[in-house]
Amino acid sequence: MFRIVSKKTLAQGTVIHMKIEAPQIARKARPGQFIILRVDEKGERIPLTMASTDPEDGTIDIIFQVVGKTTALLSTKDVGEYILDVVGPLGRPTHVENVGNVACVGGGTGIAVLYPIAKAYKDAGNRIISIIGARNKDLLILEKEMREISDEFYITTDDGSYGEKGFVTDVLRRVLDEKKDLKLVIGIGPVPMMKYLSFLTKEHGVKTIVSLNSIMVDGTGMCGACRVTVGGKTKFTCVDGPEFDGHEVDFSELEKRLSAYVNEERLAMERFKCTCEK
Amino acid sequence: MEEKRRREKIPRQKMPEQDPKERIRNFLEVPLGYPPDVAKLEAERCLQCKKPPCIEGCPVEVDIPGFIKLIREGDFLSAAKKIKEKNALPAICGRVCPQEVQCESKCVLGKKDEPVAIGRLERFAADWERERGEVSIPEIKEKTGKKVAVVGSGPAGLTVAADLTVLGHDVTIFEALHKPGGVLVYGIPEFRLPKSIVEAEIKYLQALGVKIEVNSVIGKIRSVDELLNEYDAVFLGLGAGLPLFLNIPGENLCGIYSANEYLTRSNLMKAYLFPEYDTPISKGKRVAVIGAGNVAMDAARTAIRLGAEEVHIVYRRGKDEMPARKEEILHAEEEGIIFDLLTNPVRFIGDERGWVKEIECIRMELGEPDASGRRRPIPVKGSEFRMPFDLVIVALGTAANPLLTQTTPGLVLNERGYIVADPETGKTKKEKVWAGGDIVTGAATVILAMGAGRKAARSIDEYLRTGKW
Ligand SMILES: Cc1cc2nc3c(=O)[nH]c(=O)nc-3n(C[C@H](O)[C@H](O)[C@H](O)COP(=O)(O)OP(=O)(O)OC[C@H]3O[C@@H](n4cnc5c(N)ncnc54)[C@H](O)[C@@H]3O)c2cc1C
Ligand SMILES: Cc1cc2nc3c(=O)[nH]c(=O)nc-3n(C[C@H](O)[C@H](O)[C@H](O)COP(=O)(O)OP(=O)(O)OC[C@H]3O[C@@H](n4cnc5c(N)ncnc54)[C@H](O)[C@@H]3O)c2cc1C
Ligand code: SF4
Ligand code: SF4
Ligand code: FES
Repeated sequence: MFRIVSKKTLAQGTVIHMKIEAPQIARKARPGQFIILRVDEKGERIPLTMASTDPEDGTIDIIFQVVGKTTALLSTKDVGEYILDVVGPLGRPTHVENVGNVACVGGGTGIAVLYPIAKAYKDAGNRIISIIGARNKDLLILEKEMREISDEFYITTDDGSYGEKGFVTDVLRRVLDEKKDLKLVIGIGPVPMMKYLSFLTKEHGVKTIVSLNSIMVDGTGMCGACRVTVGGKTKFTCVDGPEFDGHEVDFSELEKRLSAYVNEERLAMERFKCTCEK
Repeated sequence: MEEKRRREKIPRQKMPEQDPKERIRNFLEVPLGYPPDVAKLEAERCLQCKKPPCIEGCPVEVDIPGFIKLIREGDFLSAAKKIKEKNALPAICGRVCPQEVQCESKCVLGKKDEPVAIGRLERFAADWERERGEVSIPEIKEKTGKKVAVVGSGPAGLTVAADLTVLGHDVTIFEALHKPGGVLVYGIPEFRLPKSIVEAEIKYLQALGVKIEVNSVIGKIRSVDELLNEYDAVFLGLGAGLPLFLNIPGENLCGIYSANEYLTRSNLMKAYLFPEYDTPISKGKRVAVIGAGNVAMDAARTAIRLGAEEVHIVYRRGKDEMPARKEEILHAEEEGIIFDLLTNPVRFIGDERGWVKEIECIRMELGEPDASGRRRPIPVKGSEFRMPFDLVIVALGTAANPLLTQTTPGLVLNERGYIVADPETGKTKKEKVWAGGDIVTGAATVILAMGAGRKAARSIDEYLRTGKW
């Protein structure tokens, strides 16, 4: 049992920040790693990135977007309540080194996954050019935190309600064209964004890391649910990733695999709404 | 003499079973178990051999004539106790042991007639004890103050933990998943091994004093070396949890599962109860299961219960080469599973949404025997053809999962990634670390994993008492 020690609502109530007591995981976790949790006995196992950790307090932070039954159920849990199962740290930690100019590009809830990685690159002495974006101003998360670790900072919104109007990839293209001697691009967000971003950076020949969000079950390489094609080979996101070379990932396949359970997800959400309204 | 003749006339008692038409609509257990009078009658058949060959066929050397005699006398509780002297999990082994190649294959009655139904009797005695809540706790030796960490809660790990606890050591099991039991809970389906039985065995272990920490992936949350700082010995019972795929085009289409994923969703996550339980599973109308081992039969029989209209076993060799137990194949046939033998997939074809819709297969013929002694399948040139399927389960078996082994310095692995360990003691090449079960032998059986656990427990106990590695 894992106690929720704090809870904050970000972005119009659709994104939630929780601090959870998990001392052993907090001690071991490194940037880029994730946990899998199960809210209750009948629950599904879902993966979430650790946005940060506090080894002294023995807590981990998760930031999640309410998209379906499990995240909706989790969002109803309050401080002092418990999550039944939390397992981690899973996945390979981010490989961090000092390379020079690094562009950190985040879209939507992807910024939560991006933040600990960007911070680790900053701490390793890199110059960070951050480009974060959301559909509108209210949906933008972690602006302050990202700003603090950035040497150059850009914001975009789809509707122009904050920062530049447009997509994060529009700004990235400009940055690439300005030839700022980018050594690395880290891009995390919705699959179409990562797909287009990887296409752009490939044209410019800049190394690119993406973090994939495949559907998972165990998270230990036992089931193969999370398989993705990278460089023509099958990889398991949970143990070989979640970060991969964006130029090698088959994003179309990933997109299709993410939609495998749309009907079941809709049914689960409808049932959940019914029980909530009662 | 007359007595002997009377015994010889008793036929091997049939196991009452759920009717196939009925059972393909539920997940309840298929064999219903012997009633007491039938068990006694079956027990009458045993000749009580002076030098019983059946015991040689049992990897843990259960005193077979001993417990059968007690059943015959109607002392079922003592029969259960007798089995438990050698086998800590009789309700499980009675159900899933491949008796036809183990204990029962050696029974003298089998030479002329059918062997004594040892497995069914074992199951009977164990169920009797459990259902009456009469499970006795063995005497636990004086505490030694030594601590042992067991990684993995499959049959190997459970056996080590039980044995060492009784010997007075302090044992903690670390399990990666949220429920202990290994393949017994995530792999073998409810209709073959009810999960309540596994849970009862785990409760029993906890009553002995074994501590279980779930959600603990060793190699991630702690390394083996970190465990060694805190514990006097470590046993690795990791299983062979890495699914094998065919590595042919189209294998990552939606609707293609590994058997591990399919069975884990259904068993561990209870997806067969979706939407009451949250984890979804694709049900499929026309389902193909690739492979013909026990795992394939379990997957096929799960698919039919989830409501598939047609389920096929697609296998590249012939009927005689199928590695599954005879009983499983028979059950699958009774349930209407179709067998496409001498058929090998060459690629999967998807629709525009990325879902599998067809398998392209090639016909095979059998050539000379290969290293496994089974005749080698050879593709027939130009015989490609397609079959429509909307769900595919790849059940080719499993290999060694590298998550822990590749992050543990000092462990020696063989060329296939399994841990090298002494078959008699379970000692690995790393001091204070033992291993056993599927992670040493490759995918095998429950009872062999338990046997390995038992040997390792003996060796660990000796080490803890003498300090000699
Ligand atoms: C390694 C990893 C790290 C992740 N980190 C975060 C994070 O920090 N914050 C966060 O909000 N989300 C994160 N995700 C995604 C998160 O796991 C899913 O949003 C969650 O599983 C949805 O569950 P649900 O039951 O609420 O929704 P469902 O009803 O299962 O799905 C609703 C919608 O979400 C999509 N979806 C389903 N499963 C996933 C998935 N695994 N990934 C992405 N979309 C999915 C579906 O296609 C559907 O459109 C991560 C995923 C992975 C694999
Ligand atoms: C579907 C299926 C059906 C089968 N049917 C039969 C049958 O009818 N009869 C029979 O005799 N055998 C059968 N088998 C084989 C039998 O189940 C196995 O041989 C046996 O379970 C092996 O036991 P084990 O203890 O070595 O490992 P497992 O049962 O595989 O257990 C290993 C455990 O270790 C855990 N683990 C792995 N890595 C770590 C880690 N790093 N940290 C913490 N925990 C970890 C795993 O999560 C798992 O719970 C079947 C197998 C399958 C898959
Ligand atoms: S444990 Fe298995 S092999 Fe041994 S007697 Fe029982 S059923 Fe037979
Ligand atoms: S070999 Fe058969 S008949 Fe003889 S003791 Fe064993 S079970 Fe009984
Ligand atoms: S989630 Fe099961 S192998 Fe990755």
